[in-house]
Amino acid sequence: MRLEPRAASSLTRSLSLTVLALAAALVFASLLVMAAGANPLTVFWLVAKGAAGSQFAALETLTRATPLIFTGLAVAVAFRAKLWNIGAEAQLYMGAVMTVVIGTGAVTIPAYGLIPLIMMAAMLAGALVLLGPALLKTRFGVDEVVTTLLLNFIVILFVSLLLEGPLKDPTGLGWPQSEKVIAEAKLPRLIKGKRLHFGFVLALVAAGIIWFIMKKTVLGYEMRAVGHNAEAARFAGIPVNRVLAKTALLSGGLAALAGFSEVAGLKGNLTLDLSPGYGYTGIVVAMLAMLHPLGVVIAAIFVAGIFVGADAMSRSANVPSYIAQVMVASALLAMVTAMMLMRYRIRWR
Amino acid sequence: MEAFDILLTASFWAAAIRIASPLIFATMGELICERAGVLNLGIEGIMTAGAFAGWFTVYLGFDLWTGVMIAALTGAAFGLLHGVLTVPLGLSQHVIGIGITLLATSLTYFTYRLLLPEVSSPPKIEAFQPLAIPGLSEIPILGPALFEQTPLTYLAFVSVAVVAWVLYRTPAGVAVRAVGENPSAVEAQGISVSAVRIGAVMAGSALMAIGGAFLTMSAFNSFFFEMINGRGWIAIALVVFGSWRPGKALIGAILFAAFDAYQVRLQQLTGGVIPYQVFLMMPYILSIAALVLVARRVAYPKALMVPYQKGER
Repeated sequence: MRLEPRAASSLTRSLSLTVLALAAALVFASLLVMAAGANPLTVFWLVAKGAAGSQFAALETLTRATPLIFTGLAVAVAFRAKLWNIGAEAQLYMGAVMTVVIGTGAVTIPAYGLIPLIMMAAMLAGALVLLGPALLKTRFGVDEVVTTLLLNFIVILFVSLLLEGPLKDPTGLGWPQSEKVIAEAKLPRLIKGKRLHFGFVLALVAAGIIWFIMKKTVLGYEMRAVGHNAEAARFAGIPVNRVLAKTALLSGGLAALAGFSEVAGLKGNLTLDLSPGYGYTGIVVAMLAMLHPLGVVIAAIFVAGIFVGADAMSRSANVPSYIAQVMVASALLAMVTAMMLMRYRIRWR
Repeated sequence: MEAFDILLTASFWAAAIRIASPLIFATMGELICERAGVLNLGIEGIMTAGAFAGWFTVYLGFDLWTGVMIAALTGAAFGLLHGVLTVPLGLSQHVIGIGITLLATSLTYFTYRLLLPEVSSPPKIEAFQPLAIPGLSEIPILGPALFEQTPLTYLAFVSVAVVAWVLYRTPAGVAVRAVGENPSAVEAQGISVSAVRIGAVMAGSALMAIGGAFLTMSAFNSFFFEMINGRGWIAIALVVFGSWRPGKALIGAILFAAFDAYQVRLQQLTGGVIPYQVFLMMPYILSIAALVLVARRVAYPKALMVPYQKGER
């Protein structure tokens, strides 16, 4: 068996392969649902209804998609330059830490000044967390996959330390949680009385900006060149190490915004369960979007829908909500395979 | 002084060897994969699946060694999936590895909830018990540390010897090392690069899964969520630290485990002056430091992460 590059890519083939990949993931999930003794059609109907069947469901899906858009963008940017940032989880938490450090009363200025200040600080913190592994990669040749993965554990312990120490809420009855951010640091709700908040708008803006950077700027071009072939890029005079450092700053900053928006827009304070693995799910989102910034928005809403829908489903049907994670992971594997088949044909001989 | 005395106690070294055991399995597993040219980031998930599969088999009433076998087979199955996707299809080993970890972990949690829907605390099994080796366990300090362990710990050390012997002394091992260095030369010999690589990933994944099973069947006696807790990622660092050699990797794993056992004891000794999280961070920080230390002089297998296509050079 060998792979042969296809001469031209076709939109029909790309679309049908995408549908096929998602269908494959759905079939696999159906088998598990049947193993749980439930009817797949009923279960998927319940998931769909739970994700988009009502105004409440749809808004909940968009709320859940917000951090995933940020982490998805973070991963998409990094992977485009073949900087394997598996540490979006750590960067997210550092963004959240900066949000409560500044936002719980240390700085009291009006919202139009405070919120941008917090965003900058959060992005800086997240950026620095990824800059470390990026520099270790370019200076010492240390593989960034392992360092970013290990940093996830270090940072979550650091957050735990802060929440039981300097950032501990004195009125929190001993729970490891921070104080709530002040009113000026809160992102407004988009609809009165609903959970969807301004962070979603920020996520959409971020996707637009990243699209612009990737498509229309020199930096975007350089990042793609480095990702395509670092040796050739270096030969062409592109400062590869500097491009990787910039990529790390951008990617880490984006992931940190996920933490910022969850705290300032939704939760109000920082706890150790702020993120149920949004950093890791961001990898799935970015791959489903084929690393396209605008595709990230769609993929994030899709993945968020599966999670929100599965939660609702598992309350009425007797199928564990972990089915959502299984569907998302198998969709990732199927989609990566489909992406390869868009560019190559398999020759059996 | 007290801090130093710890190092001279048998219980400390016994703990170190116990902590090292799952890492040894996992490190040997990852080493085989990488020696064949495949980075296996599925390790964390495969260990989770192995931990559950072995434990659940015993929970169902089968004996402990059947549990180990089932864990190994579960690992091999995920290894097969990883191998097929990354070797003949040549997909990104980074992305597929993370995907396998997400899939194996979520499948495990789904299965756990499905099979044990009612339990609030996980049921316990009759785990492997320490087995003193007559004579050898009488040696001061070294005896209790090395020769009063559970059979799975002995198996961990045996696996290092077997992996070293196979890699350096058998034709299969030569083939594995060769596909990781110069795959086209192997193909020229009439050996299928794909078959060797997939086989290596399956064997390596089986070892990783046994590493996971050690936690549920020897170190503890039940299955908890997130119990692997980054051990897979640490094993990947240990492979680099050991320059892809089984013996060196074994020493790395024991050093690491000794450090881990030491920080727990130091934590008790300092009596809460330093936050406990600082101690818990140490193993991860140490792993990164070790990588930086050796990074300059490591020689990666030349074809690591390079997909091989027949007829291409």
